[in-house]
Amino acid sequence: MKISVEQIRHVALLARLALTPAEEEELTTSLDQILQHMDKLNQLDTSAVEPTAHIVAIDTPWREDVVTNAPDTDALLANAPARDDDLFLVPKIID
Amino acid sequence: MPTDLTIAAAAERLRRGDLTAVDLTQTALDRIAATDGAIHAFLTVTPDEALAAARAADAALASGTAAGPLTGIPIAVKDVIATAGIRTTAASKILADFVPAYDATVTRRLKDAGAVIVGKVNCDEFAMGSSNENSAYGVTRNPWDLDRVPGGSSGGSAAAVAAGQALASLGTDTGGSIRLPASYTGIVGMKPTYGRVSRFGVVAYASSLDQVGPMTRDVTDCALVLATLAGHDPRDSTSVHRPVGDYAAAVADGVAGARGLRIALPREYFGEGMQPAVEQAVRTAATTFRDAGATVHDASLPHTEHAVGTYYILATAEASSNLARYDGIRYGLRAPTDGGLLDLYRQTRAAGFGPEVKRRIMLGTYVLSSGYYDAYYLKAQKVRTLIRRDFEQVFAGSDVIMTPVAPTTAFRIGEKTADPLQMYLSDVFMISINLAGLPAIVLPCGVDEHGMPIGLQIVGPPFGEEIVLRAARAFEAATKWHQLRPPDLAERKPPN
Repeated sequence: MKISVEQIRHVALLARLALTPAEEEELTTSLDQILQHMDKLNQLDTSAVEPTAHIVAIDTPWREDVVTNAPDTDALLANAPARDDDLFLVPKIID
Repeated sequence: MPTDLTIAAAAERLRRGDLTAVDLTQTALDRIAATDGAIHAFLTVTPDEALAAARAADAALASGTAAGPLTGIPIAVKDVIATAGIRTTAASKILADFVPAYDATVTRRLKDAGAVIVGKVNCDEFAMGSSNENSAYGVTRNPWDLDRVPGGSSGGSAAAVAAGQALASLGTDTGGSIRLPASYTGIVGMKPTYGRVSRFGVVAYASSLDQVGPMTRDVTDCALVLATLAGHDPRDSTSVHRPVGDYAAAVADGVAGARGLRIALPREYFGEGMQPAVEQAVRTAATTFRDAGATVHDASLPHTEHAVGTYYILATAEASSNLARYDGIRYGLRAPTDGGLLDLYRQTRAAGFGPEVKRRIMLGTYVLSSGYYDAYYLKAQKVRTLIRRDFEQVFAGSDVIMTPVAPTTAFRIGEKTADPLQMYLSDVFMISINLAGLPAIVLPCGVDEHGMPIGLQIVGPPFGEEIVLRAARAFEAATKWHQLRPPDLAERKPPN
């Protein structure tokens, strides 16, 4: 086995996902199968190969540091799950 | 029926005045109402906005101020592309009520060109899938056979065009998501070179691979829509400054465009597990090209067998980062919870994401996690280099590469859902092209023993959109496959 149910629980915490026991079981099986397929990459010697992060070489583009969009608080807060006046409402995070 | 026309034909009738944009749009809306119970391509239909845009198009056509050939043309937009004021769900419950405050650059370009957006179309949730079965809002059905998938992830975009609900659509392609559904539904779809089309306002899946592209009835229409989409966008730092090619000129030569083309057939794309009718159709296409004056030679892309593994490491790693933003705080679903912030995140994401999205977030988080980064993520980035070099070597002696799109034609709904790895392997002939960032078009080249369409893929070197379009148009001009339409849908109901 490439991955255990304990590792699945640890990764789920990192990913901020609450999983049911059935999901944990299914993911242990399916991730194990997929990771075994991925292990075929180890057949390749890549010790002298540079990694590719992006296919097109692009310099960091610069622009003037000016506001380009009109501030429309209502439009931007329209999708908020909970708001109070011009603020996002969140649960208490500091005791 | 005017919604079965190509864009080029409809634009000509609109210019002559024997068709109005309002009539054409109303026909599309009627067609959607009559057929979408069976197909389920649309998640949101926008009749009021569409008819308003059509009236504006008619006024521009009457006054001679029309922006171009897309003026008054009904187009469907994949629901991962932002449309200001129109719900954009990414086919996910987590964005069920999300209404963007702005247009994606590609949406804005369509509107500026006078196009009429008739609605938002279904896809796999967050564009993650090969069959459209991962939509949180139900599967889209293939207009050629309602028991079969339309392919994914841009399945709604493909089905809408195939079913005559729109003349064209926009899809996105991260690992074949335009090309597989185009092949499965007998239409044309193109993934441009990475960086050719802006990604601004497109819901991110895997940012180093995602591209927007056209889905149309023929190659000429594909060139028309691509010309509208392509170009630098200061809002997308990965969009390039290169001049946009003359895509209309690229398709103007018809079959003569094949003359002198050097076409490579990679041997790794044929063989075991391939439906015989698919291989036969692609081999016949090679003969068609030879007869039209092209040369066809064998070639090798030796790292092909490693593409699926490489892709699912890199794409899921990028997805796990991109999807971290869905936290229930600023937009989207927020699950009710009595706990603190961590509990809110975990419950919101548990309730909002479907099984395949969770699987990819888990996989991506795992391959990036401490102790596994070098073994998986860095290794895959290195193999990506090897895959890119394979293509560079072939293009040193070839103009285009020609391949099948998938080992089989459209499979049945439910046939592969139990086995995620088998589903991933249906992308095997498309994924390398995303990893190498290349332009590729898919167009119809036959039908199998069940009457299901077979697609042909033509791949070009970086920013070789013109040669790809030229080759595709030459094949199309020499054949009649693009004129086939699915059986009439008006009276059909979804099977039980």
